[in-house]
Amino acid sequence: MKLAVWTYEGPPHVGAMRVVTGMRDLHMVLHAPQGDTYADLLFTMIERRNHRPPVSYTTFQARDLGADTAGMFMQSARDAHARFQPQALLVAASCTAELIQDDPGGLAETMGLPVPVIALELPSYQRKENFGCDEAFLQICRVLARPMARTERVTCNIFGPTALGFRHRDDLAEITGLLSELGIEVNVAAPMGASPADITRLGAAHFNVLLYPETAESAARWCEKELGQPFTKTIPIGVNATRAFIAEVRALSGSTLPVDESRLRQPWWAASVDSTYLTGKRVFLFGDGTHVMAAAKVARDEMGFEVCGMGCYNREQARPLRALARDFGLEALITDDYLEVERAIEEAAPEMILGTQMERHIGKRLGIPCAVISAPVHVQDFPARYSPQMGFEGANVLFDTWVHPLVMGLEEHLLTMFREDFEFHDAAGPSHHGGKAHPLPLDPTAAPAAAAEAGSMPAPAAPPQTAVASLDNIVWLSCAERELKKIPFFVRGKARRNTEKFAVEKGLNEISVDTLYEAKAHYAR
Amino acid sequence: MSGGCKDTPVLKERGQREVFCGLTGIIWLHRKMQDAFFLVVGSRTCAHLLQSAAGVMIFAEPRFGTAILEEKDLAGMDDANTELDREVARLLERRPDIRQLFLVGSCPSEVIKLDLARAAQRLSAAHGPAVRVLNYSGSGIETTFTEGEDACLASMVPALQETQAKELLLVGALPDVVEDQALALLAQIGIAPVRCLPAKRAALDAAIGPNTQFALTQPFLGETHAALIRRGAQHISAPFPFGAEGTTLWLKAGAAAFGIGPEKGDQVVAAPRARAEKAIAAAAQTLRGKSIFFMPDSQLEMPLARFLTRECGMRAVEIGTPYLHADLHGPELDLIAAGPTISEGQDVDLQLDRVRAARPDLTVCGLGLANPLEAEGLSTKWAIELVFTPIHFYEQAGDLAALFARPLRRRALLRGQHPNMLEAAE
Repeated sequence: MKLAVWTYEGPPHVGAMRVVTGMRDLHMVLHAPQGDTYADLLFTMIERRNHRPPVSYTTFQARDLGADTAGMFMQSARDAHARFQPQALLVAASCTAELIQDDPGGLAETMGLPVPVIALELPSYQRKENFGCDEAFLQICRVLARPMARTERVTCNIFGPTALGFRHRDDLAEITGLLSELGIEVNVAAPMGASPADITRLGAAHFNVLLYPETAESAARWCEKELGQPFTKTIPIGVNATRAFIAEVRALSGSTLPVDESRLRQPWWAASVDSTYLTGKRVFLFGDGTHVMAAAKVARDEMGFEVCGMGCYNREQARPLRALARDFGLEALITDDYLEVERAIEEAAPEMILGTQMERHIGKRLGIPCAVISAPVHVQDFPARYSPQMGFEGANVLFDTWVHPLVMGLEEHLLTMFREDFEFHDAAGPSHHGGKAHPLPLDPTAAPAAAAEAGSMPAPAAPPQTAVASLDNIVWLSCAERELKKIPFFVRGKARRNTEKFAVEKGLNEISVDTLYEAKAHYAR
Repeated sequence: MSGGCKDTPVLKERGQREVFCGLTGIIWLHRKMQDAFFLVVGSRTCAHLLQSAAGVMIFAEPRFGTAILEEKDLAGMDDANTELDREVARLLERRPDIRQLFLVGSCPSEVIKLDLARAAQRLSAAHGPAVRVLNYSGSGIETTFTEGEDACLASMVPALQETQAKELLLVGALPDVVEDQALALLAQIGIAPVRCLPAKRAALDAAIGPNTQFALTQPFLGETHAALIRRGAQHISAPFPFGAEGTTLWLKAGAAAFGIGPEKGDQVVAAPRARAEKAIAAAAQTLRGKSIFFMPDSQLEMPLARFLTRECGMRAVEIGTPYLHADLHGPELDLIAAGPTISEGQDVDLQLDRVRAARPDLTVCGLGLANPLEAEGLSTKWAIELVFTPIHFYEQAGDLAALFARPLRRRALLRGQHPNMLEAAE
């Protein structure tokens, strides 16, 4: 038993739903109690889908438990087939149905339905959403795909995009375009947009492009073994990774066609003098392993940030992430406990977070700007505009998205120069964001008002700013305390802790203005 | 006018139900009871529902959480109880401000027959009297959406102190602003003392007894109603306080139960009632003559259909409710003119077929159905907003009507823009 406040991943059957909802002409019958239909709103509200997910739920209740829940399941499967006429039927159980052991797969097999039935085993008490995606797609491939003659021209399949994925829609479009420039046609992209009939044609492709190991690595490995298709290992997020991906695709396909880089602006945007202020910005990364590993390299090598912490919530990616973190001189944080992530971020006191919707909330609480780089997602992660993460346009998008939460360069200087201006002060937040700049209270000891942020519901009263853990027996003299307040809020916590650490090392129990600046010089980078 | 819908045969359906489970109520209950923590003993699905249902994560650590059952908890019940005790001890240590802890049962905990009532007793003994530990089930196999609040309040009733005093008990979690308005109106009418269930803090809990008169403010509190009657309290039966008419009838029933004549009530409500009618009239301009279809969701459907048909001039096509509680909804059915289909339970695909056939001007439905129907060119009102918004009593009556008018006004503003309704441009 583990206490969870917020979770990074849903249960595995939600992962299976992401696969089915992404596909066409496939239907799922889910043996599940009343209430599990809440999952529909993830797709209709967060992703604004204009149709219900193709899922029929048995929605059994307590009174049905003593009766015939297996019969309910078979009735639902018959009704679903009759009404929706899918090319194939997926059957599975949610966590509660797993306990009553009706065996949906076995039941469906006995029904003699005229379409292929794909049974899923989803161990709800051990695994999570990403496993559900990966497993569902693997089983669909195992049941439907067979070795066959390759297409005459070099073609590939694209694996990974699902419903409710972080920017999957646009990544798929971007990579399809890139492959097209290389003269490679996409045979089937799946799960997103594919029908069961398309899955039977997977074997015609010469190789596979794996965009998201979280959702489709098992299927890619199965196709490698059973259909003899190699798959790409590079995730094309960032300029360098996109170029490496192109090289990998060239090696697999023999393509020598040039790729147009004229739309790629990110390298010049990062090199131009306006971006100088980004130098050495300390960023903390958290999300799914794939996006974090890619973003860490972009942050360091293409943006000039300093990565001060990284981690992921999906244990499946723990090993490669740990290895990458070691290269960065860091220890990776592998956890799905939101409070643990919050503690690690507070401890690292970064100037920016690159995270998920969860870290956006942590950032709001701690007053640290945050850009979202990974699922879990919210409605605002499904923009109307084209906004991929992958490929050259993706690199442009990353630059804009990551810079947006920050206070702009010259603005930051002005804030530093005239720290006590009552109107133009750091607690007012970046000038290009919404939210009202509140005049500073006359009482200089009052906590600064957190920058208001537009939300979908009025937020309850903000908790008092979390007190930074202070070491025992250290007293801040009031002049030093006032001086500390002049330091921009996004580095104030770090400055306070460094100064206290410095004082302890020097055996001081009082902190004066001099101590503050001696500590600053000591830790200067 | 005809004799109402009381004798209309009820269409009862049992098929796929597109509804929330009772755990969802925790999202508003944990903010209403400021010293309570709701610990769901369940699965990852429960935790995922709680963070998805409201469409928003609550800024700050919420006063609810899920103890997620793992493989080893399913293997041995002793282990599950030991684990639960450990998680509760850890939680109460971290949150010393908590005075009431609700252990909330879920589908998996009910199916494996984890005895949360015994766990609550054991934990009360361990952590009482500082912390009171209660339990109820919010599982989908036993509760539908708002029935979670009902189960929660019903679990509190046996723990209330005994009293012989003649008091009015208001039952149902209301937004603070609404509760204050209700208390002010009742005080002006001369009904005193008035207590609320749930109270904001455990220390403010009401006492009850044979002289307690109770009035429900929500139509989904059937179990709580039964639990209060078992304690000897008397129910003041009335339509629910939605709209000018409902509020007036509700207040008058309360006044009568306390031996106060109708004149006093009329005098107190005259001004706020007139304000409410004026505000309703503004929104009713959009609503008058329009048809409405209620999918089952919160059990608020009957009182809201009564309000919309009688005070806003709408025409109900079908009024679906997850459960039709004869005692509680009877006064509403009496007031709704015969005509609409009254349905209980759901078979969602069949019901959607009826929606498509009727093409109502407005469909009240859950979040999973709203965008798909909008995409078919049908205007919808999200039902969940009705439990998250102050809609009771006079001062909110105009807002309540406006909630239904807004989708229609929006449709009119975006005329010709809707991707599936381009014909409207002509």
